[in-house]
Amino acid sequence: MYSFNYLKPDSIKEAESLLSGADDNKVISGGMTLLPTLKQRLARIENLIGLEKCGLDKIVLKEGLLNIGAMVTHFDVSNSALVKTENPAIAQLASHIGDRQVRNRGTIGGSLANNDPSACYPAAILAMSGTIHTTKRDIKAENFFVDLFETALEEDEIITSVSLPKPERAAYEKFPNPASRYAIVGIFVAKFDSEVRVAVTGAGEEGVFRCQQIETALSARFLPESLSEINISADGLMSDIHAEADYRAHLIVELAKRAVAKSIAR
Amino acid sequence: MTEVTLTVNGKKYTQVVFDHLLLADFIREKLKLTGTHIGCDTSQCGACVIHVDGKSIKSCTMLAVQADGRDVLTIEGLADGDVLHPMQRAFHENHGLQCGFCTPGMIMSAIELIKGKPDITDQEIRQGLEGNLCRCTGYQNIVKSIQEAAKNENNLTNR
Repeated sequence: MYSFNYLKPDSIKEAESLLSGADDNKVISGGMTLLPTLKQRLARIENLIGLEKCGLDKIVLKEGLLNIGAMVTHFDVSNSALVKTENPAIAQLASHIGDRQVRNRGTIGGSLANNDPSACYPAAILAMSGTIHTTKRDIKAENFFVDLFETALEEDEIITSVSLPKPERAAYEKFPNPASRYAIVGIFVAKFDSEVRVAVTGAGEEGVFRCQQIETALSARFLPESLSEINISADGLMSDIHAEADYRAHLIVELAKRAVAKSIAR
Repeated sequence: MTEVTLTVNGKKYTQVVFDHLLLADFIREKLKLTGTHIGCDTSQCGACVIHVDGKSIKSCTMLAVQADGRDVLTIEGLADGDVLHPMQRAFHENHGLQCGFCTPGMIMSAIELIKGKPDITDQEIRQGLEGNLCRCTGYQNIVKSIQEAAKNENNLTNR
């Protein structure tokens, strides 16, 4: 690892001013991706800004929305009584990220800011039309995820929390890579009063995306059978050593059926 | 460099460290507590699992400065003198190891895994160990050891 300074600001305001101070400064939350990146010398950083003292570790209900602080760990999301009541699908999603030791350190804010194309959280936030709150503004999920490892965040902008509406029904199904537990394909299905939203992670060449074909079919009838005639095109889907694009296309429909069934059973 | 003060196995240590020093290296090189192993150094194998404030973490993927002011428990802190911790005893009695390299991490993960779960199933244990690899593939007896320790769960207090 190249050497760096580790700074621990006492407030998010202070963290923001440290971050805007220099190009080579970076924010660290759980560090489950950033530290391995630094260890491989894939990045060089002057100052690493730890957010552990900034009070971003709360889960609250605010104006009917579930608000999860950026520094809340995956384990705490999976284990929170409030999350389990308000949004059991996201609690369950969090309980299958990585392994227990990763869940004890990794955070929702870090996962969203990193926007790994195979990460689980982006699917949930996009499907539930969440809002990402930052030090500068509120960003709707639709406008947040830009491309692989790229988000709408500016260089000196920090995620502070995420707000989620309560869906009528929701569930996440993933086909995990057996080694990393990352999603080869992951599907989040969310049914609201006015619409059905389905987001796919792990499959898209440009990262997480919504699947209109499945949304339309499920809006007509919210049942697994509604998807039996659906064929998803492999265009724009990833092919790698883990799965070919057409296999991923097949998994999208299959996992969507399972997610719908799971959300109905819940 | 930064001065850090942390409690390791009940003892307070204050040292000046490089900010980029990993917690695993701090424990092994600075404190000479070499029971915490570094297997892969890429947060996959789990040989370096320790507890920080009661939660299992991979110490190769946390910085020493991030542990400032915190309470650390390593494999050396489990036994009470010559009396083994119930999880260590279960591994000993069930031959829950072959070469022994993964054992410290297995034991630290297992202690957290069985908390409040005296009836933990074989499946739950195997799933719960997804962050720990045994290259000898000696999982059978590892699972057996953890299951036995879980049955005596009432005796297991994580200090």
